[in-house]
Parts: sequence; C-alpha cells; structure tokens
Amino acid sequence: MPYRTDIAYLYDGSFEGLLCCVHESYYQKELPSLIFHYGEAQETLFPVKEIATDPESAEKVERSIGKSISKEALSLVRLCYLSHMEDRELTILRFLRMGYKIGSSVTNMLAHDTVRAITKGAQNVQGEAHFYREFLRFSEYNGALVAIIEPKNFVLPIMSGHFCDRFPSEQFLIYDKTHKHAFVYQNGEKNLIPLEHLELPEVDATEAQHRVLWKQFYNTIAIEGRINPKRRMGHMPKRYWSQLTEFMD
Amino acid sequence: MDIFDKLTILSDAAKYDVACTSSGVDRKGEPGSIGNAVAGGICHSFSADGRCIALLKVLLSNDCVYDCSYCVNRRSNDVRRTTFEPKELAELMIQFYRRNYIEGLFLSSAVVRNPDYTCEQMIEVLSLIRNTYRFRGYIHVKAIPGADDKLLTTLGLLADRMSINLELPSHDSLKLLAPDKSRESILVPMGNIKAGIHENRTDLAKYRNTPKFVPAGQSTQMIVGATPETDYQIINLSAALYKKYELKRVFYSAYMPVVTGRNLPSLDTKPQLLREHRLYQADWLLRFYEFEAAELLDEQNPNFNPLIDPKCNWALNHYDFFPVEVNTAPYEVLLRIPGVGVKSAQKIIRARRMGSLDFLDLKKMNVVLKRAQYFITCRGKTAMGIPTHPDAVLRGLLSEQGAALAQPDMEQFSLFDNTTSTKEELIKCLTGQI
Repeated sequence: MPYRTDIAYLYDGSFEGLLCCVHESYYQKELPSLIFHYGEAQETLFPVKEIATDPESAEKVERSIGKSISKEALSLVRLCYLSHMEDRELTILRFLRMGYKIGSSVTNMLAHDTVRAITKGAQNVQGEAHFYREFLRFSEYNGALVAIIEPKNFVLPIMSGHFCDRFPSEQFLIYDKTHKHAFVYQNGEKNLIPLEHLELPEVDATEAQHRVLWKQFYNTIAIEGRINPKRRMGHMPKRYWSQLTEFMD
Repeated sequence: MDIFDKLTILSDAAKYDVACTSSGVDRKGEPGSIGNAVAGGICHSFSADGRCIALLKVLLSNDCVYDCSYCVNRRSNDVRRTTFEPKELAELMIQFYRRNYIEGLFLSSAVVRNPDYTCEQMIEVLSLIRNTYRFRGYIHVKAIPGADDKLLTTLGLLADRMSINLELPSHDSLKLLAPDKSRESILVPMGNIKAGIHENRTDLAKYRNTPKFVPAGQSTQMIVGATPETDYQIINLSAALYKKYELKRVFYSAYMPVVTGRNLPSLDTKPQLLREHRLYQADWLLRFYEFEAAELLDEQNPNFNPLIDPKCNWALNHYDFFPVEVNTAPYEVLLRIPGVGVKSAQKIIRARRMGSLDFLDLKKMNVVLKRAQYFITCRGKTAMGIPTHPDAVLRGLLSEQGAALAQPDMEQFSLFDNTTSTKEELIKCLTGQI
C-alpha cells in the first residue's frame, strides 16, 4: 500500500512530540507533507492531524534510533531539533526513515541531500553554542551572575552544562531573549524555565569598574601596526557584538 | 599607581607575545572550586588586529634589568615602570574569569632584580590563584631563563603550559640583538621542561595523585624579519624543536619596529605579515599533514612563494605525484592535495565507503574544489577543462585568488620569478587567517 502524503501533522513542539510524529508516520503509513507545532502559523490545504504526545511512544522511538541506527544518528536528530532550520521536522523524519532502512552507515552518506541537511542543521546548532561559550558575558548583580543571549537556534540546553561545570559555586542565570527561556543555576540545581521578560537593575560600582578594566585591556592588547577589521569580523561575527562588554558604551 | 594604569602598562607591554592559546588540557570542574579547561581551547574575544583573546595576557612587571635591543621594556628605554601586587593580579584575573571574559591567565614578566626573584614572584601569583581561589582553568606561564631549576619546577606544577621564547632564529642574531640571553640559556631550560614532563608522566603512571607538571606542554616564539634568516632556516629550526624538544607549538611573530637600535631595522620597516602567514601554513603542514621540512624548501629555494601557499607550492613542484584518485587514495595521500584538509580527507574516507564519489559529491561535501580540482580525479576522470601543465595550473590558482596575474599573454610566467611585486602589494593580499 502506498504511503499517504496528503496530510499535515500538528504537534506540541517538544522533542517527545516530534518523536511521536515519527511513530505515527510509521504505524499509519503516512508521509506528511508538513509537520508544524502549536503557535506556529502554517497554511496548508491538506487535512491537519493533531499528534498527541505520548511519553511511551516517544521513548520507544528514541530507543529504536540508538539501536537500529546509531548513537551518532540520535545525537544528530537531537541537535537538529534545536535548530532554527526551516523544515527541521520533515528533515528529521526523512533522515530517520532512511536510517531505519540503511542502518548505522546512513551517517556516512555525506553527499546525500537529506544527510547533508540534518548535518548542516546540527552543525549550525553546535557552532552557535560554541560561539556563546566564547562570547557570552556575565554581569554581577548582588553576587549573582546574569548573561543575556540572542541565539538563532535554541542552544541553551546544550551550552548551559559547560557553565555549570565551570562555576559550581556560583549562582547564575542565562536569559535567551529569542526563545524567551532562562537557564537558572542555584546551589547546584539546574532549571530551564520559560520567561517572557527579564528586567535588570542598574549595575553597581564594582561591576562598572570591571567593565572599564576589561574594555581597557581589550583596547590595549591590539597591535596598531596589525589592525585588521576583516579578520576580527570573520572570527567574531557582528551579530554577537551587541551583548559584548567590550563594545558597550 | 591604580589598577587601571597598571593594567594598561602591563598588558601593553605583553601584547607582542603572540601565544594566547588556551588549548591542550581537559580538566573538569570540581565542587568548591572555580573553573575548568577544555582541550580545544576557547577564544573569548578578538582584538582589533583580529587576534584571539583567550587569556588575560599581562606582565607581572616591566621593570627589567636586561637591555635586549628589540624589546620595549629594555632597561635603556624610557617607559613608565610598574609591578602588579600578586593579590591584585589574582583578584583581577578571577573577576574577569567569572564574567567569562577570559579562559585564564598568561603570565610573563620582565626580569626584576634577578631571574630567581622574578620567578618567586610569579610563583606567588600562581599559588594564590590555584590554592587560595582554587582555580582550575588555564594558566600559561613564561619560564624565566636563568632561574633556578627548582623554581621552574614549582612554576611548572602550577601552570598548564610553559614557554620560553627563542626570540631569534639563530645564535648570531641572538648575540646581536639580545646580548644578555644566550642560545644555551634558552635551550637548557627547554630541555629541562621536556625532561620534567617525561618524568612526571612516569610518576603519574605509578602514583595517581602526582601533581601534573605542564600538562599542556611547552611552546616557544620567534621573531621573524628582524634578522636575515631564511624561511628554510626557520622551518628547519621549528621541525627540530618539534622533534627534539617535543614542543606543542612554535609561534612566529612578524617583527614590529617599536624601538630604535643600532642593529635593528629602521622604524618604518613594515611587519612581514604575509611571510608570517606562510610560516604558519608551513608549520601546520609539519604538525598535521606529515610533511618534512626538507620537502617544503631547500638551499636553492630557501623562501616561500608569497603568491601561493606552501602546500600548493609543493604540489606544483611535485606535479608527478598528481592527479590523485579520491576514491582509492589512502588518507596520507589525500592530505597532500591542495584544498583538502584534515576534515575533508576524513569526510572523503567516510563517504566513499558508501559508493564512489564524483565532483558533484565532493562539492556537496564542501571540499574546496577551486584548488583541489587541479590535482584530483574522480572515477579516473579529471574535472572538465582543467589544464595539465604546472604553469597553467599556477595561473589558474592565482586567478581564483583574484590576482590579475592569469592573463593569457603571460605564457612565460615562472614559479619563483616574482620578486618584482612590492611588499605592500603582498601585504594587501593577506586576507586569510594566521
């Protein structure tokens, strides 16, 4: 029986929800032409099927990816899910269908369009997460550290661990302005919470002093005879500058 | 003097040291402490000159007793002198680290009073940071030539990486420009650090809790362009340093005229940035591409071609080696193809297991075909319209760089006969990363 394609899936936007879409597609022999989530405006002429998130099916799918394809495939899927790539859900579905057929070697097919797409999505997420490990800047407010980021991808879940390991005795908060989420680390406890808005007080004199010192160091360390704006921009893209202490007024 | 002025003077004095990497050691965080280290290194910013800022790079003091003629901090130079209190430097570094400005500390110093005293002061800073603040992040420290071995060992147990600057690429140049330093005073401690690392490795195998000595290895730096050494001499020296002293990195620093001196190039000398870039490219070939120094240059051709990178240069001089069939060539051979780096070579090996590759596949895998296309075949075929004579290939390589050198009337263009281009022009074509 041929797969039904004239259908769209609507899910809750969670990773588990997406795995349930994969589950549905398999057991109902459907290849949706669109997968989207609540809160996302999509126009489609096809009938829309709401996919309920069932933790059991999600876990089943997740386990099967590790087992029937590979751990590497599972990590690609997880990363790609966090990306802002258009069609990320369909890409993941297509990749998994290929993977179930081909097995672990699917991730070697680097010239295949679907494998390229999912790899690109995953790399984009990892690249941006790395940029934020470099360029995130904390400011101190009453002993707690606060940073604001504006990532394109939802990198907070994969980059926060680095800071927890680094600052085990600190209290800190990283606010993702784009996705309206905050990661809070306090007394060894980690929480990722939705947060619509973050209001910060004026910085105190000590914080202001450290900013001045850092800016001075930043400006002094450059060698005049080698000024090279193009190279700087290549390593440190402009879109990160707005939150960098060294460029604040 | 307040901390602002001290920081200004002592970072300004440290900026000519090129090494600012934070790589080479993995260390997890620990409850009750601060910091960790990541083997790949993390850059936290890039200064206006495009160089990475990973560490708080400062001198402990610029109050030097030596008089090395190329150095801004030489005794006879009229600059403001200052010294950090160990406590204020440790506090500043930790506060920068908490804000994620830096990965750690790069500590160097002018020789205050004598090498031993200087070394003791540096030890005080590092032990404050490591023991009082319980800092587990990255520390790069300069060994002070001439200091007591025991002091250097203590310093090495507190740091991740240690370096001693070779300063100048030959004995004679050193004698000319740095009369207070001898080749021996540099190489002997370098050898000692190497021996220390070896000894530490054996101890670590025996006793798990042995403190680590310079776990990220040692590096060095030399100034290029202040003295008459050729690229061939420099690259040979680097190769020897990697082999004999097991250095992790050799850094090259284009000479920046900041002071005047009898034996120094004049103040309007332009830094040889393109040459520095070529040396780094060649250095990469030595460390990651299994090239030998003797393959890259020889007595007859002692300097790199400024117009093309050392790998292209090698490929054109060994044109018989090519074309390479990407579907069958072993890894080491793939690495020899211009445009194919470590990542691309690994991708090719992976992907060809699934079926043979053609040019479109390579393109989809983001292999840099604009250089590679001249040197490869896919399923026995070369790319369409690719020239087969090395001179024509060179023209093709240059035209893709945007140089207006590939005009058809330049039939007699030969490889090493392009000394007519001025230094300025060459510096302008430097856009790649160092």
